[in-house]
Amino acid sequence: MSETIVEISGLRKVYAAKTPVTAVDGIDLSVASGELFGLLGPNGAGKTTTISIATTRALPTAGTVCIAGIDVVAQPAIARRSIGVVPQYNTLDRSCTVSENIYFHCLFFGMSRAEARARTAQLLEQFRLSDRAEAYPQALSGGLAQRLQIARAIAHRPKVLFLDEPSAGLDPQSRIAMWEAVRGLRAEGITVVLTTHYMEEADELCDRLAIIDHGKILVQDTPAALKASVGGDKIYELRLRNGDATGQLQTRLLATSGVNSVDTIDGGLRVLAKAQDGVLASVVTTANDFGLRDVTTTEPSLETVFIRLTGRDLRE
Amino acid sequence: MASTAIASPTSQIAVSRRTSYTRAFAGLFVRDLRVLGREIGPFLIRVAMNPLLFLFIFTYVMPHMSGGAALNPTAKMAAGSGGFGTVLLPGLMAVAIMFSGIAAVALPLAQEFGITREIDDRVMCPLPVEAVAIEKIVFSAMQSIIAACAVFPLAYYIPTPHVAAHVTSWPFLIAVMLLASLLAGALGLTIGTAVSPKQIGLIFGVVVMPITFLGCVYYPWAALGPIKWLQIGVCINPIVYMSEGLRAALTPSTGHMPQWLILTMLTFFLCLLTWLGLKGFRRRVIG
Repeated sequence: MSETIVEISGLRKVYAAKTPVTAVDGIDLSVASGELFGLLGPNGAGKTTTISIATTRALPTAGTVCIAGIDVVAQPAIARRSIGVVPQYNTLDRSCTVSENIYFHCLFFGMSRAEARARTAQLLEQFRLSDRAEAYPQALSGGLAQRLQIARAIAHRPKVLFLDEPSAGLDPQSRIAMWEAVRGLRAEGITVVLTTHYMEEADELCDRLAIIDHGKILVQDTPAALKASVGGDKIYELRLRNGDATGQLQTRLLATSGVNSVDTIDGGLRVLAKAQDGVLASVVTTANDFGLRDVTTTEPSLETVFIRLTGRDLRE
Repeated sequence: MASTAIASPTSQIAVSRRTSYTRAFAGLFVRDLRVLGREIGPFLIRVAMNPLLFLFIFTYVMPHMSGGAALNPTAKMAAGSGGFGTVLLPGLMAVAIMFSGIAAVALPLAQEFGITREIDDRVMCPLPVEAVAIEKIVFSAMQSIIAACAVFPLAYYIPTPHVAAHVTSWPFLIAVMLLASLLAGALGLTIGTAVSPKQIGLIFGVVVMPITFLGCVYYPWAALGPIKWLQIGVCINPIVYMSEGLRAALTPSTGHMPQWLILTMLTFFLCLLTWLGLKGFRRRVIG
């Protein structure tokens, strides 16, 4: 068993306000060295707050976070040597060029000038930024800026890299390039913790992931195990002519064999059912009497897992 | 693989905490130097414009006008001690020092907190967040000293009636320059962290103008004698001690506050504003 590099226990964060907001509500998790770990959840689930605390930029209300054995609240300055961060928004130094962004980061982390120059050249090459080395960050596209942020974040060879919503605002092509870059980091042995609300991203990239909602971890496992846990379930979304009058249909569907759950959605119902012969037919027959207009079926995915756990989909 | 081939020979874990802090601090300073070096031209123009115009109008144009002396409100007051230029020399240097603190710390901070969030990356440096703020004060102090040195020749050579300046005590001058410059940086930090980015434009009207005009910049503190309430009231303005300190150090022939009081008050305001600024900085960067 490889060593644990990120250890979060009993983490809580309550933002003081007239009505206090609990952003993180008792999170425990541990990430092993070399793992690519994902926090999957909708916006506002508490992912960013968890990352902010783990990277010393916010203080927890309760609980502890240890990175490489160092308590981030007690010794933030020391802990930062093991941490690389790429936040959701662009924090590149606009007064410095692309190469200076990496070079000065290296100096901040104690490298000599020669070491910093060598490391900068190597990272520019690795992240295919060499031809833009003298450009200023304002001139970079979203995808390039994101790559530069990742290159800068790992310049001091941190043990863990935290990526907060790395593909937010990226076009599909840049997103794939970013995924490649992240996989490359794992090959270098850097542990990666990322947050996302894109299930494809979590599925594609992560060795293990935790599904998080309302500040709590609902489940954590490998993507394959999570998908298997829904037992080959399928989702049928029924669009009905009179989308609001669904009460009776809901009761009848729940009585149908093979149906696990029925939730109301906009304009109809969402049925979570076993993928076995005849279930779709009986669902359709039952719904037909209630003015069925359309059916869409979805294969089991992380989304299915999320819906099973929360009754909502990730985009809601 | 390339990345492992160039692996740092000094294992980062083995580097002691103090070395790590010092290197990070030095790194931040080198970065600021590089950026300032690139903008040295605009920096000097910004520093020189205010004193240049002020001196040109009040100590060159007005004395040449027929009846100009009557237009010049402080002409009579300054007549005995080498002209208005002598009053202005330390005052304009104090303004340059104070304004550099605002321009080097408060304005960039407002941007970093509001639009760019660059500060979020800077505080990830391996040193306490307070040290990131202290670096800003120290770097700003260096700019203030450059600014004051750039203003001196202007304020010395432009006025028609020559300025009566001589340094009686170099250690006192150096102490005043250092304290005033650091104080300006601390003031910038306090303002930059206390004011919301949207309101930073108001700073000039609400803070900079009042503390300049009520900062004994254009008149010595002693000359406020006839308006007792004002003379006492301006004592809460740290700029007063910058102006009076430089006055005592450079143009002692003009009346000034006692030296011990100046140094005490500069130190007091430096500590107060540094404390307030660091508290604000911590509050803004750590959620």
